[in-house]
Amino acid sequence: MSTRMFGAPVARTEDERLLRGRGAFLDDLGPGALAAAFVRSPHAHARVVGIDAEDALDVDGLVAVYTHDDLSGPMAEPLPMLIPHPGIIDGRTPYALAKEYVHHVGAAVAMVVATDRYTAEDVAERIRVDYEVLDPVVGIEAAARADVVLHPGMADNVAAHHVQEVGDAPAAIDAAPNVLDLELDIERSACTPIEGRGVRARWDPADARLRVYSSTQTATGVRAAVAAKLGLGLGQVEVVVPDVGGGFGVKIVHPWPEELMVPWAARLLGREITWTEDRREHFVSAAHERAQRQRIRVGFDDSGRLLGLDVAILHDNGAYLPYGVIVPIVTSTQLLGPYKPGAYRVVFTSLYTSTVIVTPYRGAGRPQGVFAMERTMDAIADHLGLDRADVRAANFIRPDEMPYDQGLLFQDGRPLIYDSGDYPAALAAIKKLVDWDGFAAYRERALAEGRRVGIGLACYVEGTGPGPYEGGHVQVETDGTVRVATGLTSQGQGHETVLAQIVADELGIAMSDIVVTTGDTRRMGYSVGTFASRGAVTSGSAVALAARSVREKALRIAGEALEADPADLEIVHGRVRVKGAPATGMDIGTVAVLSNPLRYAFDDASRAATQFAGPADYDRAPVDPDDSPGLESAEYHSPLRCTFAAGMHAAVVETDPETAEIRILRYCVVHDCGRLVNPMIVEGQVHGGVAQGVAGALYERMAYDGSGQLLNASFMDFLIPYSSEVPAVAIDHLETPSPLNPLGVKGAGEAGVIPGSAVLAAAVEDAEGFPITAMPISPSDLFDLRRRFAAGEIAPLRRRAPRVPAQQQPGQERR
Amino acid sequence: MKPPAFDYHAPETLAEAVRVLAETAPHGSVLAGGQSLIPLLNMRLAAPRHVVDITRVPGLDRVGTGTGGVTVGALVRHTDLAADPAAAEAVPLLRQGLRLVAHPVIRNRGTTVGSIAHADPSAEMAAALALLGGEVRVANAAGTRTIAAADLFTGYLETSLERGELITAAFFPAQGPATGSAFAEVARRHGDYAVCGVAALVALDPDLRITGAKAAYLSMGPTPAVLDLTEAVAGLVPAHGPVAPGDSDRYAAAGDLAAARTGPDAAADIHATAEYRTHLARVLTVRALREAGAHAVSRATERAAAGAGRA
Repeated sequence: MSTRMFGAPVARTEDERLLRGRGAFLDDLGPGALAAAFVRSPHAHARVVGIDAEDALDVDGLVAVYTHDDLSGPMAEPLPMLIPHPGIIDGRTPYALAKEYVHHVGAAVAMVVATDRYTAEDVAERIRVDYEVLDPVVGIEAAARADVVLHPGMADNVAAHHVQEVGDAPAAIDAAPNVLDLELDIERSACTPIEGRGVRARWDPADARLRVYSSTQTATGVRAAVAAKLGLGLGQVEVVVPDVGGGFGVKIVHPWPEELMVPWAARLLGREITWTEDRREHFVSAAHERAQRQRIRVGFDDSGRLLGLDVAILHDNGAYLPYGVIVPIVTSTQLLGPYKPGAYRVVFTSLYTSTVIVTPYRGAGRPQGVFAMERTMDAIADHLGLDRADVRAANFIRPDEMPYDQGLLFQDGRPLIYDSGDYPAALAAIKKLVDWDGFAAYRERALAEGRRVGIGLACYVEGTGPGPYEGGHVQVETDGTVRVATGLTSQGQGHETVLAQIVADELGIAMSDIVVTTGDTRRMGYSVGTFASRGAVTSGSAVALAARSVREKALRIAGEALEADPADLEIVHGRVRVKGAPATGMDIGTVAVLSNPLRYAFDDASRAATQFAGPADYDRAPVDPDDSPGLESAEYHSPLRCTFAAGMHAAVVETDPETAEIRILRYCVVHDCGRLVNPMIVEGQVHGGVAQGVAGALYERMAYDGSGQLLNASFMDFLIPYSSEVPAVAIDHLETPSPLNPLGVKGAGEAGVIPGSAVLAAAVEDAEGFPITAMPISPSDLFDLRRRFAAGEIAPLRRRAPRVPAQQQPGQERR
Repeated sequence: MKPPAFDYHAPETLAEAVRVLAETAPHGSVLAGGQSLIPLLNMRLAAPRHVVDITRVPGLDRVGTGTGGVTVGALVRHTDLAADPAAAEAVPLLRQGLRLVAHPVIRNRGTTVGSIAHADPSAEMAAALALLGGEVRVANAAGTRTIAAADLFTGYLETSLERGELITAAFFPAQGPATGSAFAEVARRHGDYAVCGVAALVALDPDLRITGAKAAYLSMGPTPAVLDLTEAVAGLVPAHGPVAPGDSDRYAAAGDLAAARTGPDAAADIHATAEYRTHLARVLTVRALREAGAHAVSRATERAAAGAGRA
């Protein structure tokens, strides 16, 4: 066997193309298409009284203007509720174009088609929409209060309400020797991929077929949705996903209004149409995440062990609920992390607000859940005067308790059973990596220099790789090229590399002979999509199974040709050969020729498979009844349930005593995603995740004003951290294999972001000496907290109340 | 978004540029580095009917340093000004401020004069011009004129330029041999507009005692405010490292004065409360004054040493 590719830090094969500008993203698909633009609501909540396009009709290059009145049949109906759930009380979804009401700034009201985007925007500016402006519902408090109800026919703004319980948490808390109450707050952030959404569609009247290109995380989902809305057969719609410049969750939502309107109009007009979302549109018409208010009541013993945990979550789901309640379910369940909660009750209430919809963003509810649990752990440690790491250790699920059933139902509708993990080992590793035990001495030295520093720790468990399934198709061509296809899509994860690594090992082929295709319904019609850190788990396993099947067939066919027992054969460097006698063998391309008995020859290779080419067994059909021509196989991996990755982050921060600026001095990650297919790619995923974790903790927020206007819908005011703000990340890997898939892998895509707000809140709190209960935190926020702390409005932490250098007062000098 | 249609002009002489601006006024916008105008166009926040691209006009891309100060042509990019050693020697405040102007890619395109003409009260170079008491040279259809910095900035993104006028250069007076300078800023991200910024000038007498102290404030009002803080710190001897307790009180008094004077104009936005901005004005005034004082000592003593070497 040659060098194993699985586990090697192989450089990403797609980077050559992407880094040299040879990628082809949606907007690169060439000229020849008409351009679409959308007229969007400037109001958070309004009734559309009239739409007048009169002033726009004389613009040169205008092709068409559409409003909801132009739609009929399924297109005129609300968009689908993608993920129904029993907890949903009243699930509202938008129309492709606003029917009577708009429920957030940015909602699509009319569609313009013109010869180019400039013209389309000129037209859009001239379309007059009369609105009857209604009161907005901004923020969780206003939504819960329900002085204004957003959706007609509802008595309040409650979209969903759901309770999960294990044991009797209130009773366990009442009986506990120690009880704490916490109120926590997390604000909105968003995926913010560099490439926004985009759709291009072409109707072929001769074939009666629709080709749709979409910058999506699910090709098959878009295909099914477009076919259903347009009344087409599934076979009439092809969805091809070009290179995608990031998704992070927002592009798993489908169908977007634009994703329906562009194909609909392309078919109606018989013209190819394209739409590329701009940045401002993305801020106000795609999706956000994160905003929650959490109330926690916890009972625990004197060693910090949880006896009962009672959590109530108010979740802001924005104007509509197209993606169901996945985010608050994930928060409710993944909140438990690596711990045994004792009795547990979690209640979430999901609320409509007149703001952009909330759908999963990398982490998908976990950052909020981890924030709740880890803030609780820190509060317990402070209350008892115990080391924060020790309190966590006291609550860990032990390795010998795996698999561990938390007794809840997870986001995939299946039991929350952890398959494997070694949390004590991870804690030992993170303490070592960040020098947890040496920090007290470091703090003393820093204090002597007038510097304020703090350390924090946060743990998480992440259910990854949910089903229902993904498929892998592996085909060996007669020239030895191996074509691999899987249905889910790529938006930068490195699937081309990772899937090729897996196939290379399984099949004994060089990676350079493997071509991987993702997200193309012409190649793989059955698929779910890219979300929940599932690519390596589901598609990786599926292509491994398909490659194994191809290998078995190759050995059988070669065995017959070589008159050898398949068990005595091996495949090395693309050649099937007899073990111990490497000179006896044939190229795998030749095996592919033999796998497909031919009547007609087209070239030298195919001649070998024709009917007079050699001796034949006249008692056997050229293709056996249980066989099929070709050296190829499609296999599916359908996991029993999620596999649970885990990790721990630790951070050291310095807070400026005067300016309240927060600087991250050190950021450490211990990460366990089972077997590593490619450690370099996993580390890249961790780096990117940490960057988004830091973003959500210290920089990003959606600044809605009281009227529901988003004040920072640009990259000037929505503060994505630059490389200058993201710390270097020290990483240590553990590898606890999953028993639930053939590769032993767990998902890695989201992990880096999950504990960001929790760990940085802990570190800032440790530096400042008073509790941090709301994130993100800016220097201005911290300045405000310091003033309230100095005024006695915030109680100090118990552990270190007197040790913080006094707040600089006017007239004091820093040094 | 995409910009609405406009007429594009690319004059090849200053006279032609001024003529086109006069003809198209008030519907023409000057394009140089494009770091402010292009985003405004793309987001349709500005819709000039004419864009006058002056980058082909000869003679506007020079940095001239003489004994009196530094003259910066309208097409000089931030990067090129920052790299100019003579300018940095004559007016150290320029390089100190330019490193805080956005990021290298923006400094490579953006022009220093363009930033001044844009008159954003968060801009470092506008504050530097105001602090140093510089001026801008202006061309118009009738000829040329000069506008002092104190008369240039009239409001948020507003100047006293008349319609059809073009700033051809900015002049920054030289800092004296015993005058030090410093920029202190707090920005949300590296290179962002400052939440609050302070540019300071400190002048010393031969005994290295402070004889003059001034500071200009970024993001603390509609225009770059300049305060004379001499009274608070006159007579102090600046030093690197810790200061004597008595001196601390004097610096703090300067900070308090700055907070009292700039605070009323401080506004809240999504990044900071007015109270936080005012607090930063106080804190950063002290930092900038101390740093500028230490810089002044270095300049004075280096000059003395150089003089001694020659003798």
